[in-house]
Amino acid sequence: MLNPDGATSWLLETRALSREFGGVHALDGVNFRLRRGELRCLIGPNGAGKSTFFKILSGQLQPSSGEVVFNGNAIVGLPPHRIARLGIGIKNQVPSLWDGLSVYEHFWLAAYRHTGRRGATARTDLLLQQLGLSAQASRSVGTLSHGERQWVEIGMVMAQEPLLLLLDEPAAGMTEEEVERTAALLRAINTEASLIVVEHDMQFIRMLEGLVTVFYQGRVLIEDTIDAVLADAKVREVYLGTADSHG
Amino acid sequence: MAPAGLSRAEFAIWLAAVVAVVGLPLLLPIFSVVQLTVFLIFCLLAVSLDLAWGLAGLLSFGHAAFFGVGGYAYGILALNGLATPAALLAGGIAGALLAGILGYVAFYGRVSTIFLAVMTLTVTLILLQVMGSTADPSYRIGAAVLGGYNGMTNIPSLALAAPFLPTIELGPAGFFRLVGGLLIVVVALGRLLTFAPFGRILATIRENEQRTELLGYDVRWRKLAIFAASGGVAGLAGGLFASWGSFVNPEVFSLGQSAQVVIWVLVGGRGLLYGAVVGALLVQALTQYLGAIGTAYTAFVLGLLMVAFVLALREGLVPTLLRLSRFLPWRNAPARSC
Repeated sequence: MLNPDGATSWLLETRALSREFGGVHALDGVNFRLRRGELRCLIGPNGAGKSTFFKILSGQLQPSSGEVVFNGNAIVGLPPHRIARLGIGIKNQVPSLWDGLSVYEHFWLAAYRHTGRRGATARTDLLLQQLGLSAQASRSVGTLSHGERQWVEIGMVMAQEPLLLLLDEPAAGMTEEEVERTAALLRAINTEASLIVVEHDMQFIRMLEGLVTVFYQGRVLIEDTIDAVLADAKVREVYLGTADSHG
Repeated sequence: MAPAGLSRAEFAIWLAAVVAVVGLPLLLPIFSVVQLTVFLIFCLLAVSLDLAWGLAGLLSFGHAAFFGVGGYAYGILALNGLATPAALLAGGIAGALLAGILGYVAFYGRVSTIFLAVMTLTVTLILLQVMGSTADPSYRIGAAVLGGYNGMTNIPSLALAAPFLPTIELGPAGFFRLVGGLLIVVVALGRLLTFAPFGRILATIRENEQRTELLGYDVRWRKLAIFAASGGVAGLAGGLFASWGSFVNPEVFSLGQSAQVVIWVLVGGRGLLYGAVVGALLVQALTQYLGAIGTAYTAFVLGLLMVAFVLALREGLVPTLLRLSRFLPWRNAPARSC
């Protein structure tokens, strides 16, 4: 698919992306495309390959085979810091922070690499306000609540000003009010950048108003609106069926 | 926001240290000055390890090796007639080179932190074997006879020498002031580095390297840079040591020496550099005291001390005392005003 200027309109494209772990196919030929400016949700039962997918996109894991093209660059084999510089920011499933450092430093250092000193200070002040973390700015992140830690990591990814944000369970462990604030935040981010969000919370996914891709056993099962996905018989069987059985 | 960076108290400490370094030789008998000088050389060695371990989380058992290589480089070059300041500089470069080579293999080969410790220890012990096998007089580099386990003797002492100017002997007081001054400069520069963006990025590498990489920072060259710099300081300390005693032997590469550097930093506390100084002074004083009362259990007592600190005082003395006194102007402070 080509634009008039010849560039593809896909920000991200994976072709036949596979990853094996000792004979287990964590990813099994995933063909995935994301438009510029899109907000996509990724759902699927545990072990469907969502986190593996994210780790490959961010360079933390190498695929067994397949290609990833991001913004016109083939990124398989690049070290994580090079991929980050091309414009991919990621929040892993387990919050990953610098525990001895303050909230302020997290944002400042995340921005500093591409903005320099002054830009980093301006960006940090803005983010502290936007995320409602001004009061916690000088606190060490080791002392924050789980929800606050999630926001700090989302804020760091925002400070990077990436073209694409990969957020693995950004609302996990948050209160209802925090979930709503997070959804509003992600929609605001989406006015400037593209996002892929892994989540389990259907309410949250509805609030994001994006297309939904369902992963199952390392493959893409279906890609559609949330309502169409939830109405799909196969999805109900593999995903919601298991959810029902948990009560 | 509280301003980050150096507090006034720190400048006061530096000033007091300068006064002490200048004034002590006037007050103390010459024997004590000479004794204190070697303590300060060990302080410099401890600070060098803290630059890597405390700032960036890179634990190394190889600082004794960087120290020893610096000492041998100084001895070999000084014995061959090179001006002693140039030989000292070469000692620093030798330490930085060895650290740089090991660091390159470890960081670009993505060796884990534990293996960095193992690798550096192994190289140190290899050097112990190699230098110990040079007893035959045919092992010589120019005028420098390596001397096996007896080591190199008659190494010229450091003197102020410059082209076209008469050489000035330093004497015990002058050498003490030079070593003390160097220690103050290295600690002060290290503290300034801690609050500079580069130092803050090293802190993020220490806390969670993966997070740092995912933000687009290449952590490999940063680790290599601080590790080589740290090896360079250890090499300088080694050169000073060789000048101090006019000799150097393979004992500098021994397991005991390697472990001792780590114990100094462990006891004093990591990351603030002052801890390394305090730890080296206290443990050295204790070692000397144990030697003086004639106990055969010095190593045993040091071992107990290390176990006690690992179990009960993990942060080390200085950070623990600072926390207790709630005197923590530099913790949790933003990088903004650095």
